Amino acid sequence: MTEQTIDKATLSETPAPVIHVSPSPHLADQSLTTQRIMLDVVIGLIPVVAMALFVFRLYAVKQLAISIVSCLVAEALFAKMRGRELPLKDCSALVTGIILALSLPGPAPWYVGVIASFVAIGIGKAIFGGIGMNIFNPAMVGRAFVMIAFASALAASGYQDVNSSVDAVTQATPLDTFKQTGAVAPLSALFLGLTNGSLGETSALACLIGGIYLCIRRSASWEIPAGVISAALVLGGIANLADMDSGWTVLHHLFGGSLLFGAFFIATDPCSSPLTPRGKFIFGLGVGGFVMLLRLFSGYPAGVMFAVLLMNSLTPLINRWTIPRPLGAQ
Amino acid sequence: MADQPTASERFIQGILPENPVFRQLLGLCPALAVTANMKSAVTMTGAVLFVLFCANVITSLIRDLLKPHLRIVVFTLTIATFVTIADRFLAAYLYQMSKTLGPYIPLIIVNCIIICRCEVCASKQSVFVAGADAIGQSIGFGLAVSAIAAVREILGTGNFFDIPVLPAAWPDWVVMILPPGAFLTFGLLIGLVNWFETVKASSQASEVLTPAESEGS
Repeated sequence: MTEQTIDKATLSETPAPVIHVSPSPHLADQSLTTQRIMLDVVIGLIPVVAMALFVFRLYAVKQLAISIVSCLVAEALFAKMRGRELPLKDCSALVTGIILALSLPGPAPWYVGVIASFVAIGIGKAIFGGIGMNIFNPAMVGRAFVMIAFASALAASGYQDVNSSVDAVTQATPLDTFKQTGAVAPLSALFLGLTNGSLGETSALACLIGGIYLCIRRSASWEIPAGVISAALVLGGIANLADMDSGWTVLHHLFGGSLLFGAFFIATDPCSSPLTPRGKFIFGLGVGGFVMLLRLFSGYPAGVMFAVLLMNSLTPLINRWTIPRPLGAQ
Repeated sequence: MADQPTASERFIQGILPENPVFRQLLGLCPALAVTANMKSAVTMTGAVLFVLFCANVITSLIRDLLKPHLRIVVFTLTIATFVTIADRFLAAYLYQMSKTLGPYIPLIIVNCIIICRCEVCASKQSVFVAGADAIGQSIGFGLAVSAIAAVREILGTGNFFDIPVLPAAWPDWVVMILPPGAFLTFGLLIGLVNWFETVKASSQASEVLTPAESEGS
């Protein structure tokens, strides 16, 4: 390669004018970097993290510290193994760590976070070729791995620790309570987030504030959460109409569980979601639809993780359907 | 037929350079399905060794009678005979293991390793070469499934051959003894094998290059 260029340079005696020819995309705005997007996500996550710290106290501190440190160590380790320079500056491992920690139950043992982080960065991302190449959301790959590996620590019973000094952790999660006993949590508690659950999912309000910030900054595409929420509204509405006595209304479906957290922070991962606006909306509809199906008919109380992973696997197909046709093409 | 590998070459090739699972990617069904623990992996290797050795020897003996358009049928019938013997033997003497392995012993009939060896080696070479090839390939298969099974059993249950090797506090990675664990372990081990090959190839290449050439590239 270099030899050829040297040959050409020596052959041409007068230097020709330099004309840059490059394939699209012709980036005019250089500000939308990975680092900026990831920093935006971190800023968007601040209300969620604050709410998690307020509700779960030391549990949240523990899980966040474990997951963030493990994710950064794993990223450094795998980058070194692949002979790349340290990519920690782009903050993507930090975001993976925070989202992973926020999707874990507070009382989970320490090794759950560590193993989930290494699986997330290693199998979820590094194996596919690093950031931008992964086909599944890394944090959800890590969580799925530990969810199957340590079923007891992440099942509904893993969320509850009756002897805990933190109020929220002594109760069962609202979705599980409803599934087991039919008791309905008050809507205000679900909205503010004073219930038990995965660390980041409990407060619908915090997820909305952070999520809307991300959408305004365009670091997350608004089409995806819009799709998730509309699918949840329609299916939740049908379920509500079909069973009027249960008391678990559409709004309970919307504010309960990790639906909003998943819609704004997990499903919007730019690497593993479709490219076109229409595709993003379809992707969101699919995530919302699967969440509601898993919630209503499966053994799991909530299913945002599986819904996102399932739709991630359909992303190439959605891209193929929704890619715009060039003018004049057949 | 002058360039056919000798018996010792066939034997060595089967173990690592042409390992049936990691290099040829054959016989993946048992490599994924019966590697949840070491015992079933070793039993499976024994069955494959028996079937492959017998099928290779018989095919080699009748290789002059084979008609090209009927050879696959003859291979399959030969293999099926010995698989049935192995299957009934396990059911008679190792009943529990036979239950555990379930359909995977009868499925050896369609295991590509054996048909491949009959086609590539036994139908062209002498009995002695075919036998050496069968043993080499079976050792390679055994090493591969044992490697997968060792990782899965140790991480998944903390045991090795049902003997506890990790401290009791070890949290069992249940996912490793389930099907996803098989695919993950298998993929990672193939990656490891390929990485070793790349490292070996690049170190050989740099030895061959003279200093002047390596500066130029």
